[in-house]
Amino acid sequence: MEDLEALLARQPFFRGMDPRWIAFLAGCARNVRFNAGEYLFHEGDEAIRFLLIRHGRVALETHVPGHGPVTIQTIGADDVVGWSWLFPPYRWIFDARAVELVRAVEFEAACIRQKCDQDPAFGYVMLMRLVPVIVSRLQATRLQLLDVYGVVAGRHAHTRA
Amino acid sequence: MHTLGRDAMVPVPAVVRRVRRQTRDTCTVDLDSPRGQGFSFRPGQFNMVYVFGIGEVPISISGNPQRPVPISHTVRAVGAITTAIRGLRRGDVVGLRGPFGSSWPVEAAEGMDVLIVAGGVGLAPLRPAMLHVLANRERYGRVALLYGARTPHDLLFRRDLERWRGRFDLHVAVTVDAPVLGWNGGVGVVTALIQSAPVDFAECVAWVCGPEVMMRFAVAELLRLRVAAERITLSMERNMKCAVGLCGHCQYGPYLLCREGPVFRYPDVQRWLTIKEV
Repeated sequence: MEDLEALLARQPFFRGMDPRWIAFLAGCARNVRFNAGEYLFHEGDEAIRFLLIRHGRVALETHVPGHGPVTIQTIGADDVVGWSWLFPPYRWIFDARAVELVRAVEFEAACIRQKCDQDPAFGYVMLMRLVPVIVSRLQATRLQLLDVYGVVAGRHAHTRA
Repeated sequence: MHTLGRDAMVPVPAVVRRVRRQTRDTCTVDLDSPRGQGFSFRPGQFNMVYVFGIGEVPISISGNPQRPVPISHTVRAVGAITTAIRGLRRGDVVGLRGPFGSSWPVEAAEGMDVLIVAGGVGLAPLRPAMLHVLANRERYGRVALLYGARTPHDLLFRRDLERWRGRFDLHVAVTVDAPVLGWNGGVGVVTALIQSAPVDFAECVAWVCGPEVMMRFAVAELLRLRVAAERITLSMERNMKCAVGLCGHCQYGPYLLCREGPVFRYPDVQRWLTIKEV
């Protein structure tokens, strides 16, 4: 358990967090690994955990009829996978697949949600760490939707010369 | 300082040595040095390439500054002139003026970590800087290249990327906005790769080139990670015509891109980046 605490304390996501809370989080966590191609979770499943990737890459996918699985985004080391565990109905909205060997720390969602409800200060700290992740993913998705490489001309020919 | 011809406004004939297809709409044109004379350029500079009877267009030099001949330009076909350039064949002749403009601060970055962030065709002006760094690898700290493209089919310089990925002294991360079946690489915007780059953000320089929207997001992320604003360098893009600071076509705020740019320190263009339609 001490090892997991030390590991969490080193993660950028938990940097600066009160050691007591890191100790609590370590109590709700365990090390996991997924081989390439293995699914961390499936769309529609109950979101009973979330993960912090230590190593490897995870693809967030959705199934498009006629196309099969389409990767929306890949997530790498030090990134959090999943926030559907935070809000009802606590269901995953994407599939998450290990692109390569993934080592991660898995947190039990119910344990952490309960602590957030009991201790608003802890809940606030957790949200202040999770919201920037959500915001950055939203911004990245917006940038993807802009299709910036599709509309820009060649270097240095803005005029479509 | 231009080195081709005696008059910066007069194109000199240059023979096409080779045209290499990069993607469905992008190619690299290698030109012999005009009249066999020498040619040199600094990473980030551009030439004016004139297709006789059609027109002239500014194109960044994408070749190796250590071996500047053949003179390489990587061109995406987006209009009449660039489409004509893509249609060139070995032995064809074009007009050439240059090199023009400012360059990536490769000497000033010595002793520091280097983070290169490229989007789409923006890898072309950064490639000479990358090649300069690799040719002088011992003078730099950790080096990372982050490259984003629209799809896997739109990745430029694939052979370079594969070779660079095989090096132990270089971090290369590639991502695409829209994957295709079988693509096992990164998916997402290039700016999302920045925070994972193995460089010391407090002690690194960042060179950024790509669509302006991408560069704005990249700068925001770099600043969030505590990269010093004065160590962020961008390559801007505007419609250049004369390339010698006379016509004003490429005005960008108080600057003429052909003369003071296209490569700028971020603090010098910070104000103009956020003003629409500048």
